[in-house]
Amino acid sequence: MTTATVPQRIVLAKIGLDGHDRGIKVVARALRDAGMHVIYAGLWQTPEAVVRTVGDEDADWLGLSLLSGAHMTLVPRVLELLRAAGLGHVGVLVGGIIPEADIAKLTEMGVARVFGPGTPLPEIVDFLRQPREARHG
Amino acid sequence: MATITDRSASERWHDENRKAPLREQPPTTVSSVPIDALYTPDSLNGFDPETDLGFPGQYPFARGVHASMYRSRLWTMRQFAGFGTPRQTNERFKFLLSKGQTGLSTAFDLPTLMGLDSDDPRSLGEVGRLGVAVDTLDDMQELYDGIDLAKVSVSMTINAPAAIVMAYFLANAQDQGVDWQELRGTIQNDTLKEFHAQNEFVYPPEPSVRLVCDVIEFCAQQVPQWNPVSISGYHIREAGSNAVQELAFTLADGFHYVDVCLERGLDVDSFAGRLSFFFNAHNDVFEEIAKYRAARVLWAETLRHKYGARKEASWKLRFHAQTAGCSLQDKQPQVNLMRVAYQALAAVLGGCQSLHTNSMDETLALPSEHAVTLALRTQQVLAYETGVTNTVDPLGGSYFVETLTRQMQEQARTYWERIEEKGGMVPAIEAGFFRREIADAAFVYQRDVDAKRKLIVGVNAFQETDEQPLEILQIGADVEQEQVSRLRLRKQQRDQEAAQRELNNVKRVAATKENLMPALIAAARARCTVGELVNALADVFGRYDGAAKW
Repeated sequence: MTTATVPQRIVLAKIGLDGHDRGIKVVARALRDAGMHVIYAGLWQTPEAVVRTVGDEDADWLGLSLLSGAHMTLVPRVLELLRAAGLGHVGVLVGGIIPEADIAKLTEMGVARVFGPGTPLPEIVDFLRQPREARHG
Repeated sequence: MATITDRSASERWHDENRKAPLREQPPTTVSSVPIDALYTPDSLNGFDPETDLGFPGQYPFARGVHASMYRSRLWTMRQFAGFGTPRQTNERFKFLLSKGQTGLSTAFDLPTLMGLDSDDPRSLGEVGRLGVAVDTLDDMQELYDGIDLAKVSVSMTINAPAAIVMAYFLANAQDQGVDWQELRGTIQNDTLKEFHAQNEFVYPPEPSVRLVCDVIEFCAQQVPQWNPVSISGYHIREAGSNAVQELAFTLADGFHYVDVCLERGLDVDSFAGRLSFFFNAHNDVFEEIAKYRAARVLWAETLRHKYGARKEASWKLRFHAQTAGCSLQDKQPQVNLMRVAYQALAAVLGGCQSLHTNSMDETLALPSEHAVTLALRTQQVLAYETGVTNTVDPLGGSYFVETLTRQMQEQARTYWERIEEKGGMVPAIEAGFFRREIADAAFVYQRDVDAKRKLIVGVNAFQETDEQPLEILQIGADVEQEQVSRLRLRKQQRDQEAAQRELNNVKRVAATKENLMPALIAAARARCTVGELVNALADVFGRYDGAAKW
């Protein structure tokens, strides 16, 4: 499937004040086990700090986790800052408790995929391994 | 017990049945503990019902902390609630009381839990979203307005800024003319588990524990019916631990608070009777029941023999239970009603003193009125229709339950030895021991689910393709604006000099070994905000870095 020989680089971060990090840590481990280069930025990240990390780490992907309900404030801000920093090519994933209606809005704004509670880990790994065209098709 | 059974009969049965084909999912608990086909008196080798089990209301309290348990008084039905402004939450409280709820439980929003004011830039998008926003004493007054604090017991779930919020609560009670002697309720005030699991810490472990113990000490002297801490396994479990880790880490936290209070020169019997606990009620019915029973026995033994407590009250582990939020699913959310009902059954069969049942929609949002009513009704059906309350500890003496109870006690002790090997509680936190143990267990669990070694209805089995969405509660964006303007107004209206004086006094006391509560109560009255007080303490205590360890 993937032709990349260099492992994909993904920054994972908790944005906002929410400390629920069970999911993101499980995902971090699964992606690492799948051979990706995972940079876990940790808790309480601001949108500005996350975007800086993405740039510094030259990441292909950014995975944001929120279970606090602040996603409609914080995720659009991250997308905007990514574009402003010339990092619009970085794929953004969101995980956490995101109501159905908001998933559509986030996808429209440019989030590549929202993974809700109970998503099997292989589904996330497979998604990241797909070639870009298939992902958006 | 053991004498009446022919040992070989039990062995023979096992030999004959060992080769029975098993289903695809192995017979293990939700924590992956293997379970035998049958438990017999042999399983309880050396068990003496007289001393190991005893009687309800008697040491070691395996069978419950009260002699007549639910025959005399049902558990307190206490639904955790809070969202939006203090006024909105006050309305939800009154709604819940009108539906027959018997105690209040307050959820604060993330900025308040993290010690930030509503107008702090980091609070953007979070004000009033996961709980109620409280910035000043006036917010506290509005939150419990029209509720008689001498009659209704109130629980407040807050940790890093707990001493500050407790100061607000006490100042407000006094303003309402309620004697502190009459106040009944609980403040969670358990920062150790924040380092293990929930991540709502502000200060480093040692000053965090000092604040916890300031509240314990102050309440022991002045608010005698109040539970100044709720030592919590709930969040440890939610973060992905297994049942034994929840049990072992929670009690280890409790022992650490006891150690620090004793170092201050307090008499163990002056405070231990008011230390309360909070456990998860997860899916595995018998494992959970064994966990609660093991917790009672371990606490009683340690308080009596290690700490030399003489009062029975100090030996009794009283606990609140909440059904497992992490077990709820967003697929086929109505199915969560059944999960919650079985989990609540386990909590009650395990002898809880109060119970929160989660609402079916909590993987989607804060609960709607409809969902929270059904959750409360679940407890009412359990209490009034199922008959499980008729006799005390109906499972006492079950070969299976007693075996599991003993196993969990042994496994918890092994964990305590490992914590000791790390140098004790604080060094173990700093070494990332608890977090790593919990993350490992969470990963093992998810892998089991992905491999279908564990089946979750609606998620990896029995899925539906066409699901009807539930109506969920929406928090308006105007809440943040409203709360921020109220906060600004209050800060303008206060006596600025007095507020500054009290903030300085809090800093002065923080740098000594004096109890901070009197200074915090004075600062609450001077309308110092939660954020200002948290920052004042941080100037002295420093802040703990939430470094990413995984």
